[in-house]
Amino acid sequence: MSVATDDLVPERDERYQIRIRRLEKTFGGIHHVLRGVNLDIERGKINIIIGGSGQGKSVLMKHLMGLLKPDTGHIWIDGEDVVPLDDYQLNRVRKKFGMLFQYAALFDSLTVEENVAFPLVEHTRKSKAEIKSIVQHRLQEVGLKNVEKKYPAEISGGMRKRVGLARALVLEPEILLYDEPTTGLDPIATKNVDDMIRDISRETGVTSVVISHDMASTFRIGDRISMLFEGRIVESGGPDEILGSKHEFLRTFIETSGTVRMR
Amino acid sequence: MSDAETASKQPSPGWWGRVVEVNDQLWKTPTRVVEIIGEHIQLLSRAIFWLVKPPFRWAVFIESLEFIGVQSLMIVTLIGTFVGMVFALQLTSALRQFGTESFVGATLGIALSRELAPVFTSIVVAARAGAGMATELGSMRITEQIDALATMAVNPVQYLVTPRILAATIMVPLLSMLFNCVGMLGGYGVAVWLQNVDRGAFVENARWIVETKDVVQGLLKATVFGSALSLISCYQGFHAQGGAKGVGIGTTRAVVGSFVAILVLDYFLTDVILTLQKK
Repeated sequence: MSVATDDLVPERDERYQIRIRRLEKTFGGIHHVLRGVNLDIERGKINIIIGGSGQGKSVLMKHLMGLLKPDTGHIWIDGEDVVPLDDYQLNRVRKKFGMLFQYAALFDSLTVEENVAFPLVEHTRKSKAEIKSIVQHRLQEVGLKNVEKKYPAEISGGMRKRVGLARALVLEPEILLYDEPTTGLDPIATKNVDDMIRDISRETGVTSVVISHDMASTFRIGDRISMLFEGRIVESGGPDEILGSKHEFLRTFIETSGTVRMR
Repeated sequence: MSDAETASKQPSPGWWGRVVEVNDQLWKTPTRVVEIIGEHIQLLSRAIFWLVKPPFRWAVFIESLEFIGVQSLMIVTLIGTFVGMVFALQLTSALRQFGTESFVGATLGIALSRELAPVFTSIVVAARAGAGMATELGSMRITEQIDALATMAVNPVQYLVTPRILAATIMVPLLSMLFNCVGMLGGYGVAVWLQNVDRGAFVENARWIVETKDVVQGLLKATVFGSALSLISCYQGFHAQGGAKGVGIGTTRAVVGSFVAILVLDYFLTDVILTLQKK
């Protein structure tokens, strides 16, 4: 088991697609959410960040996309520090990412088809016919049929997540971010989403970063699990290593879930 | 040690600490006002920056023109007509006492073109379209749709704010011109048909006294008010937080803030324009 080193500028290592060092973020001068996060995200693997509610998991993910700027610290994506980049430069980096939001964040003024087509319309010069065909293929890939003309409000929460995933996948990103992908889903829908995340990772080799407090899902699909506690990564490693951890809060956190037993 | 424990072990502030605390409290509101004005200017600068960066969002722009302009036609026509009518009624009643009711058309024309049309039109648009924009963007913010745009490498300011501000800046003066026309027609109807003011005197005095510069002054104000109300509405929508309640608060602030901005800007713009006209 290893927590990422605290060196300010880590050496380039191709195993890691994202490297975060000494990341700090305070809101309103009082809420010190991130207190020096050091984290390495392995290329092509499913990296899961676990932690309690309000521990800063979503804040950490928003930093990866450049939606939030840290007070101090660095984030290297493929060796490029993205913290100093402005909005215009960040757009170039963001094209490497696809993101599935907690509640899918579909545009409710657009149909399912238009939602999935949105990134293609924005960033490619494909014809309408080509886009339509890609959208249909992506929707089938996530197990959806005959929903193209429906609006997000007309489909279920689980289906919205699938549409969100199809939209995240449509530009074939190098990195996929999932913000609590199984929250609010029933056990069968949860397993389906887990299977999809694993299949997509295996088939495309995409680097996946999943934020979760669903322990069953975490240990079902995670290649590497990191625990965010009090604004820092306190443990990081493979599922077996995490199950053998001596960190008191981590053990309580996992055991309380009742789905996984610590060693 | 947790933050709570640390805080409990800190020494209680002495008289100097209390002075600092009172001073902080006194400056809190003015500081926040300056901050908010600064954030509005920042948002406007970003909207202008993204206006010149391709691609221009034609679809959203045309949709905004339709929402702000076309959908406001009926309400502006209705309000413009009645404002012209009631103003003509009051003017006829007041000026008749001095036997100068022939100047009803001229006075109405000046009042409409310089003040009533731009201010009333902007208030109507702020209440209708401004509230709509704040609610729409606020809902998008709390359901993470704005973040989703950014993650798809689409700048939210360029996509959502720039077209709306541009559309309002173009549409509010056009609606204001419509307000002028229907206001004059409403005033004409009341003064000439109902109050028996001489038709020739109404029209000729209006043509003689109301100058192009009066109309231009009003349109210029309407342009500034259009930008201001859309900027304030977009800002409030963009900064909504805390669920449905937050969207409601943002919408209320957008409408109240727009009204205040329109009336405050009106005074200062009038002062500047009149000073320039004197030179």
